[in-house]
Amino acid sequence: MNSKSSAALDISGLSAGYDRVDVLRGIDLTIAPGEMVTLIGANGAGKSTLLKAVVGLVPPAAGTVSLFGKDITRMSPERSVREGLALVPEGRMLFGPMTVEENLRLGAHTRDAEEFAAERDRAFELFPVLSERRTQSAATLSGGEQQMLAVARALMARPRMLLLDEPSLGLAPRIIAEIFAALETLRTGGLTILLVEQDARLALRHADRGYVMRTGSIALHGAAEELLANDDIRLIYLGAWRGEGE
Amino acid sequence: MGAVELLQFALAGLKNGAIYALVALGFTLVYAATGAINFAQGEFYMLGGMLSVWAYAGLGLPLPLAGLVGVAMTALVGGVFELLAVRPRKDGDLLAIIIITVGGSMVLSSAARHLFGPLEKALPAFTSTGTVSIFGAVLEIQSLWILGLTTLAVVALWYLYNRTSLGRAMRACAVNRDAARLVGIDPRRIVTVSFMLAAALGALAGLAVTPLTQTAFDVGPSVGIKGFAAAILGGLGNPIAAVAGGIVLGMLESMSIAFISSTYKDAIALVVLLGVLFWRPQGIFGASRREKV
Ligand SMILES: Nc1ncnc2c1ncn2[C@@H]1O[C@H](COP(=O)(O)OP(=O)(O)OP(=O)(O)O)[C@@H](O)[C@H]1O
Ligand SMILES: [Mg+2]
Repeated sequence: MNSKSSAALDISGLSAGYDRVDVLRGIDLTIAPGEMVTLIGANGAGKSTLLKAVVGLVPPAAGTVSLFGKDITRMSPERSVREGLALVPEGRMLFGPMTVEENLRLGAHTRDAEEFAAERDRAFELFPVLSERRTQSAATLSGGEQQMLAVARALMARPRMLLLDEPSLGLAPRIIAEIFAALETLRTGGLTILLVEQDARLALRHADRGYVMRTGSIALHGAAEELLANDDIRLIYLGAWRGEGE
Repeated sequence: MGAVELLQFALAGLKNGAIYALVALGFTLVYAATGAINFAQGEFYMLGGMLSVWAYAGLGLPLPLAGLVGVAMTALVGGVFELLAVRPRKDGDLLAIIIITVGGSMVLSSAARHLFGPLEKALPAFTSTGTVSIFGAVLEIQSLWILGLTTLAVVALWYLYNRTSLGRAMRACAVNRDAARLVGIDPRRIVTVSFMLAAALGALAGLAVTPLTQTAFDVGPSVGIKGFAAAILGGLGNPIAAVAGGIVLGMLESMSIAFISSTYKDAIALVVLLGVLFWRPQGIFGASRREKV
């Protein structure tokens, strides 16, 4: 871990849980600036909990999290977003009764009013359909449009590090392709990305590296091609994922 | 009953309804931010009148300034109340918060009694003690002030909610607290601001009413119940519906006096409260349930 201080995100020995339930047990995970890393694992492995612990929605019990060399362990989400960390949460968590435009404005809550328009136009460039839906309430968007809005809202804060929790969930292949194309564009633009995915094959095809999580700890990690070729992964996550329902 | 008489009752209902609307808005604001009912809301109404009287008679400030001081100080009390009594309850347990506000309301009214005495206090009418005639019915000029100030407050609140970053953040918090935090909104700040606004709205009502009815340390609870009933009638989630709930309640009270007897006026709010809770817990303006994605 000599690259520790230069890592975009460095998670070390992180444990966390809910009330009396321990979910995460000593997670180590590092992402270099500009990397796209994916985190895969079965339902209930603790992927979402890890993302929540990183942004501060769930308080870590032990371990550290640092973002571009700055310790952000136990920092509240409202502060960590100001440090350049944004999460596209599981289930999107949009502001349903509010319009697309308002959702984007809220995404830019930490930014100056002048910066908003430029940021919004960038988001519309990435997801043109959103500009047609500007005045429509988020709750009335299609699932794909909602996911695009969730990503766009997170981008409004101009994060340096973007966490995404299952952005492909329940979407048609064409929409998934569009969202992943946007992620590629963002990565090319220098954004560092941690992507939690249920669809391991899809995720590993896009990511540089992957981590496999099993019941609260990291079981395996490596280059994406290696994991794609790994027999255990093929059996457990690449063969079976179709059968796992959503 | 003649048309003029009926109009007379309707005007009285409208005036009282406007007061209930302001108090109900306070309930709605705090509910949106915390999910809890603030039973100290009636005390903000009381403090608005009492502190304005103190600023006017005690400090000798001119009436408009005294009113401003009364409302602003009540808002401050609301904020401090939240910081000292509600915020320390970090887990946000709703029942605990509700009980804290009940206790807080007793503290506030005893403090007012201590500081200002047990006697009724009055303020002069804002502009004139005269009346205007509307199709033969008579309305105090002060009631016009009440209606005007309520309208102004509603418009200001609408503007805040829909046109400002703070208002958007308040709505976002009500829709999804975690999502609001993820975009950088501190919900604790929203809760404090909501208490302050709720206190200011209650205080405005108490101030506007004092020239007509006088005020005292113990006027809070009864108005609190009526504002609460109005808020429940409107479904709690929605400020516009809370205003409508207030007007409807004021009208119902007036009509009960007109057609039944004034004996039951104060029971109307309770009947409405129980009726809505039994048969239509989402309020009479149905679709006000909060949508979530
Ligand atoms: N709010 C909560 N309170 C208590 N337990 C929770 C809570 N959220 C998740 N858990 C538990 O924590 C464990 C990990 O859940 P988590 O959501 O992190 O898994 P996941 O890997 O994201 O699963 P999925 O792929 O289904 O999204 C599960 O056993 C779950 O039941
Ligand atoms: Mg999950």
